[in-house]
Amino acid sequence: MAQRIALGLLTLFVISLLIAFGVELLPGDLAQEILGQGATPEGLRVLRLQLGLDTPPHIRYLDWLGGMVTGDMGLSLANKRPIAELIGPRLSNTLFLGGFAAMIAIPIALTLGILAALYRNSLYDRGVNIFTLTSISFPEFFIAYILILFFAIKLGWFPGISNISSELSFLDKLYRTLLPAASLTLVVVAHMMRMTRASIINLLSSPYIEMAHLKGIKPLRIITRHALPNALAPIINVIAINLAYLVVGVVIVEVVFVYPGLGQLLVDSVSKRDVPVVQACSMIFASVYIFLNLSADVISIVTNPRLLYPR
Amino acid sequence: MLVDDTNNSNSDSSPLLKMKGLRIEGLSDKGWQEIVCGIDLQLNRGEILGLIGESGAGKSTIGLAAMGFARDGCRIIDGEIDFDGIELRKAPEWQKRKLRGTRISYVAQSAAAAFNPAHRLIDQFTEGPVDHDLLSEVKAKEKGRALYRSLDLPDPDYIGERWPHQVSGGQLQRMMVAMSMSCEPDLIIFDEPTTALDVTTQIEVLKTIKEIVIDKNVAAIYITHDLAVVSQLADHLMVLRYGNLIEVNSTGQILKSPKQEYTRNLLDARSRNEKITAQIPNPKTLLSVESVTAGYGKGPDILQDVSILVERGRTVAVVGESGSGKSTLARVVTGLLPARFGGIHFQGEPLPDELNNREKQQLQKVQMIYQLPDIALNPRQRVRDIIGRPLSFYLGLQGKEKEQRINELLQQIELPQDYIDRLPGELSGGEKQRICIARALAAEPELIICDEVTSALDSIVAKAILNLLQRLQNELGVTYLFISHDLDTVANIADQVVVLYAGRVAEQGSKSAVFQPPFHPYTRLLLSSVPEMRQGWLEETLSTREAKAGIAREVKITEQGCPFAERCPISIEHVCVGSRPPLQTTTSGHVYACQHAKKVLLRESQH
Amino acid sequence: MQKTLKNLSSAPLSAKFGMVVIFIYLVVAIFAPLIAPYGEREILGKAYELMSSEHLLGTDNLGRDMLSRLIYGARNTIGLALIITALAFLIGSLTGMTAAALGGWIDQLLSRIVDIFMSIPALIFALLILSILGTAMPYLIGTIVIVDSTRVFRVVRASAMNVAVMDYVEVARLRGEKLPWILRKEILPNITAPLLAEFGLRFCFVFLFISALSFLGLGIQPPTADWGSMVRDNATLISYNDITPLIPAGAIALLTVAVNFVVDWMLHKSSGLKDVS
Repeated sequence: MAQRIALGLLTLFVISLLIAFGVELLPGDLAQEILGQGATPEGLRVLRLQLGLDTPPHIRYLDWLGGMVTGDMGLSLANKRPIAELIGPRLSNTLFLGGFAAMIAIPIALTLGILAALYRNSLYDRGVNIFTLTSISFPEFFIAYILILFFAIKLGWFPGISNISSELSFLDKLYRTLLPAASLTLVVVAHMMRMTRASIINLLSSPYIEMAHLKGIKPLRIITRHALPNALAPIINVIAINLAYLVVGVVIVEVVFVYPGLGQLLVDSVSKRDVPVVQACSMIFASVYIFLNLSADVISIVTNPRLLYPR
Repeated sequence: MLVDDTNNSNSDSSPLLKMKGLRIEGLSDKGWQEIVCGIDLQLNRGEILGLIGESGAGKSTIGLAAMGFARDGCRIIDGEIDFDGIELRKAPEWQKRKLRGTRISYVAQSAAAAFNPAHRLIDQFTEGPVDHDLLSEVKAKEKGRALYRSLDLPDPDYIGERWPHQVSGGQLQRMMVAMSMSCEPDLIIFDEPTTALDVTTQIEVLKTIKEIVIDKNVAAIYITHDLAVVSQLADHLMVLRYGNLIEVNSTGQILKSPKQEYTRNLLDARSRNEKITAQIPNPKTLLSVESVTAGYGKGPDILQDVSILVERGRTVAVVGESGSGKSTLARVVTGLLPARFGGIHFQGEPLPDELNNREKQQLQKVQMIYQLPDIALNPRQRVRDIIGRPLSFYLGLQGKEKEQRINELLQQIELPQDYIDRLPGELSGGEKQRICIARALAAEPELIICDEVTSALDSIVAKAILNLLQRLQNELGVTYLFISHDLDTVANIADQVVVLYAGRVAEQGSKSAVFQPPFHPYTRLLLSSVPEMRQGWLEETLSTREAKAGIAREVKITEQGCPFAERCPISIEHVCVGSRPPLQTTTSGHVYACQHAKKVLLRESQH
Repeated sequence: MQKTLKNLSSAPLSAKFGMVVIFIYLVVAIFAPLIAPYGEREILGKAYELMSSEHLLGTDNLGRDMLSRLIYGARNTIGLALIITALAFLIGSLTGMTAAALGGWIDQLLSRIVDIFMSIPALIFALLILSILGTAMPYLIGTIVIVDSTRVFRVVRASAMNVAVMDYVEVARLRGEKLPWILRKEILPNITAPLLAEFGLRFCFVFLFISALSFLGLGIQPPTADWGSMVRDNATLISYNDITPLIPAGAIALLTVAVNFVVDWMLHKSSGLKDVS
């Protein structure tokens, strides 16, 4: 397990290198690239100083990494404000949206997935298969606009633009976040459900489940005692993979709903080529993503008696 | 079992289980097809019925049907299944559930797969009685420990606290037999319970089954493909083929005077007809393995200091149980696994360790045939391409010449010419193995390594393959390095025998030197563990010294001393465990590794 | 040929529907200039004109014909997605099969590199690279090819691994066959079915990915017609209860649904009862 965690940290390190040194891919340097053809030598000099291009790359990297860890992420190029200040509230908004979507999606997906596995090849299962196949094929913005069209424009139940701020009450926040959370849920539920179904079906065909039937164990108990303990690891895996997916799906949904989150900031900064902000956002997204995958691995190790009690 | 069995001592004279006209269908590529075609069966209390047949006979399906159970993709379409007055086909699910585990229980082929990996063994034992409200958790655990003790399981008070993966295969199988007794059922279904085990481990499990079934007077259906094994336990035998009943009779009658041709073939397939080694003037050494030590990655040495000589035109059999290193030996010879120490000479020339460093011509001279023909043939290539490739690759044959040679080869392996355009999927298991043989022959090799080539085949088919290999040797003079765990097979084909134990050569020499007294203690244990086709063999064997000393132990690879010392009935205290057994050479190249002198072994062999 | 036809006719309704849709899209994409009533970049009238007999789907934010742009968009978006998928497939499957067949340190090295790439979310990686290099077409293609080929590598390696452990591959190695022969004759024929299905899935992924980038304004750049950017350009209309932006979005969805239906059927067929998500 220590090995797995070490590998996760190593991956994070390599990614930080990629993010930090990706800039070096440019033929000239970043300042040149941002200012373009009409750059004056003076402008270039100032920008280079701002970007810290006068220090050697490895020092720059260590500074940057140290800043990422301590929360001092430097200044935005676009509006000269500290990046930490920009990111702080937006990160909590994004986590709020993601968490909200996860709260709805996980119970629905697991229930539907387990039911589909239990009633395999039934009409219900086939219907669910078509539904999920369709839903994973839809681009996120398509789902989002359909929801807006119906629930915001035609019915007028929810706001089509989810501008939330810290002054709002929790319930008000929930209300305004419902549509974006629902769009995310629709996408994630489909994936999560299909994976849950597949892993449960795989499990139910194992000989020890047949043995439990032949021991005359009650069907409910077979599920709770024989299937679920073994299904835990794959299900946790499914959840983690999809949460990680959610972290990314959030980018587009935030743009559609003009939701003040990290994803929108990232997209804005990419169009403005505000590289320090992009780097900071990417690092945060990648860390969350890796952390989720890592915790899935750790939990599945912890729940496996084979690894817990070696021979 | 038989209706005329009138002198039944049991007061309740109605049969325990009665099946009538049982028909079961299975779902295959071609839709629903009948796999059990109208079987009648009757079983009295305390009786043991052996269901015997080759793969596809429908025996497991019948066994499960006795519990009113059909696997996914199977359905019972007709017939009656009457268990002690309850018609299982009509009984509601809850009623069948109440019977399962309590009055009828099941022992699966692979305990490793049938135990839930997420629970301790004792908890799986107690689950039945507790869930069926027969015993309290505490009482059930007590009962489990008592049963483990009475079955001589090691460390009976604590073995149940272990997880399934912490217990060896043979012991796990015995734990499952114990579990089947947790509710003291009237009937136990044994579904090939020893098939996946080594012979010495098999005895261990058979002993446990015998103690449970015979000594506690439980009725049983024992499903197997091995006549010799089932003869030790069953009162009656039912011979099945393709879901039809071939013959049913008392065990003694079936063994003595089988009525049907098919039963006779089954019996024949297990009989030994030992090959008589012809003298070859000036035998030449083809392959010599010299002091090879080998292992995988950073792991331990799987083979330690192994030396073997193979003479041209002979069959040298390498025998050993799983973990003995016999397949590793094949990998070293083929160059897939370079040796750590030692080397290989072929036709007097040193053979490079690594496959990649061997010349095309060297590769051509050593060919290999595998255990599972299913995965040894590319399912996307036709017979023409499979056999044709070595012809064009090594011999440069093309076009008509090649086609003609393929036809000759097909003739040699006794397959019709029109098989040339078939895909492996259109062949039976035995036919596939024949194609593998033809592919090896196509290269015109000197040496063919046969790795358990008959183990995966049904006994009658296996016999035919052995005969084919022998005929090809007589005609073409090809040499075999024949790897097998099955002593009967080895007796039928080998000239020379090498006995491997825990990666070391325990004994090697001519077949007669190895298989006749004086025995090496391990060879003797092996030989005595092979079930014989007669009743009473199991009791005799269990009472021997070898069985008592050796069967309940695991194979351990040791760095020093004799690896067999712990299981050896005649090991010398403080000597065998501590120091490596010397290699002793007797007449005509017979070599064995043991502290005892030949005289002592000869005396001991008389026991 | 006859067998193929028989196979097709035995397909479930969803797969048939999928195949018909894919066929129509391909025809539209190939013959776009013949079908489209107006040019791709022609400005014909006022912005946001309503649907009329002249402009069946109205005009867009710059007054270009929606229908014509939709038709040209098929060509641009599908074409680009196909090119990217094909490139990613070439790279990913060659390296994946080689890694599986060779094993050892080469396999370890390639797998670790891919692991690291896989642990960065694809969209984030693409945004990072595009923010540094800009959104010119070669960079766009290069970035998505890199992202996608790692996914292809993973799948192909896993399927090829299952084949590479078979004894018949060992037979070929013992015979002395060289690597290209083993890949081409022993491994490839046995993984074509999962590979084909994977191609469909990867195509969907790439197609959605390009559309998402275009929707964010970072993909195919104007004035080239592209469905993702068309959604973005006309997005404001939705608040006027106008479904125009949903049309290109729906066009994207319909194609991916169609491909997924066909892939699902293929997977189901090739794996028997095995369920693949």
